[in-house]
Amino acid sequence: MAAIVTCRNIAKRFANGTLALDDVSLDVVEHQFLSLLGPSGCGKSTLLRLIAGLSEPSAGKIDWQAGASGLSFVFQEPTLMPWATALDNVLLPLRLAHVPTAERQDRATVALAQVGLAGFEKSYPRELSGGMKMRVSIARALVTRPKVLLMDEPFAALDEITRFRLNNDLLELWQRESLTVVFVTHSVFESAFLSQRIAVMAARPGRVIEDIAVDAPYPRLPDYRTSLTYNEHCRRASAALERAMAHG
Amino acid sequence: MADGRPTTDWSKFVAPLVLGLAALALWEGLVRAFKIPPYLLPGPILILQTLVTDWQTLMESWWITMSISLAALSVAVILGVALAVAFAASKWIERSFFPYAVVLQVTPIVAIAPLIIIWVNDVKLSLLICAWIVAFFPILSNTTVGLNSADRNLVDLFRLYRASGWQTLRYLKLPAAMPYFLAGLRISGGLSLIGAVVAEFVAGTGGSQSGLAYRILESGYQLRIPRMFAALALISASGILLFLALSLLSHLCLRRWHESALKQES
Repeated sequence: MAAIVTCRNIAKRFANGTLALDDVSLDVVEHQFLSLLGPSGCGKSTLLRLIAGLSEPSAGKIDWQAGASGLSFVFQEPTLMPWATALDNVLLPLRLAHVPTAERQDRATVALAQVGLAGFEKSYPRELSGGMKMRVSIARALVTRPKVLLMDEPFAALDEITRFRLNNDLLELWQRESLTVVFVTHSVFESAFLSQRIAVMAARPGRVIEDIAVDAPYPRLPDYRTSLTYNEHCRRASAALERAMAHG
Repeated sequence: MADGRPTTDWSKFVAPLVLGLAALALWEGLVRAFKIPPYLLPGPILILQTLVTDWQTLMESWWITMSISLAALSVAVILGVALAVAFAASKWIERSFFPYAVVLQVTPIVAIAPLIIIWVNDVKLSLLICAWIVAFFPILSNTTVGLNSADRNLVDLFRLYRASGWQTLRYLKLPAAMPYFLAGLRISGGLSLIGAVVAEFVAGTGGSQSGLAYRILESGYQLRIPRMFAALALISASGILLFLALSLLSHLCLRRWHESALKQES
């Protein structure tokens, strides 16, 4: 199992002096679903932004597997352009990459259908529900056919029923597209449901304190949520989070 | 309006209309009852009659005033947006130029108009410059704020996809600035008319190439007060027309997405 992204002894100090991350080493394994779990302020979003290249580490190195390219980022908010239709929002990355008009229209239409939004191409963001907006945001991330999908608490603002639905759909997309996912969350239950591996982080300074394997098989159907195995994984992740809080 | 609901709230239009007509009727009644001479205060009917008899002259002047205002507004839009884009591109340009834009804005136009009229030989051009000075600032400052108001996560997203500066401007900053620009445009529309009228008062041009302001001055000298009122009514009407046209434009541009253009849910 090859690491697609390798973080070596990463530190990040903000301009105001805060040490957001200290000596973080983490391998993101290809095709793996990895969650970063931790209390707020543990630097999990900062780490994700570093991996995305949206900011530079103060120390350490982030290496990408040779030849690996293409990452997409899903923000906590849907982050759609309110003046553009769902289709125009989804095809934006292709437009920025100068993909010809007809091709980008087709690919964006397919991406919208993939997230269950066929028929909503001409809708504006304000006409869509919170869950649908997040789906558009995911379609925009998938339209470039990325190898790595970075997600920063994407479902935190949604109601539980919508969140569960999107969890199921995300797992299906992850398997179908053989993506590598790095998923930031503060929910023990969400990380235990989705991931193969949970990196638990502590705050002040932000660091990874435990690396938990969640070996329940996929597909994880809705009844996994009430199973004993799930319960056990939640218990272990929860205990690790307790220890992370004690460290911080 | 076009949402297919059969009930329209007519009171919105009827109430101010009824009030206006009642006020005009009262005005006419008072003028007649107290036999106020027309050189002090003409009644609305006489003003309307003057408007009809002097239509030709007044319309020529109206067109001159309007063409100066519209030209000034157009130049204000082009230069205002261009400078705002330059501000967005470089903090140094913004820091160097912005104070002077403020100076231009806070200096009363009546005070600089005589200078401009002396410096610029062409009267029409000098009026245009005065109107432009007044109309320029709201567009510049609103567009500048608008260009900086794009969602920060969207800015990150554009960086992530390696968008060029031009792409970021075209697909993100300009659309995000649109509501701010349009709000500035509505203010500037009225200001350009005020600027054109004020400057003409200062310039006091004569002859056939005169705008509505000169007609007011001229009517004052000749004690043709009904004509003065008629010219005044035309200026107000033009201001209202400009405002409505720009509001309509703003609504058409924003109706699909911006909060300000959405009907409230009832």
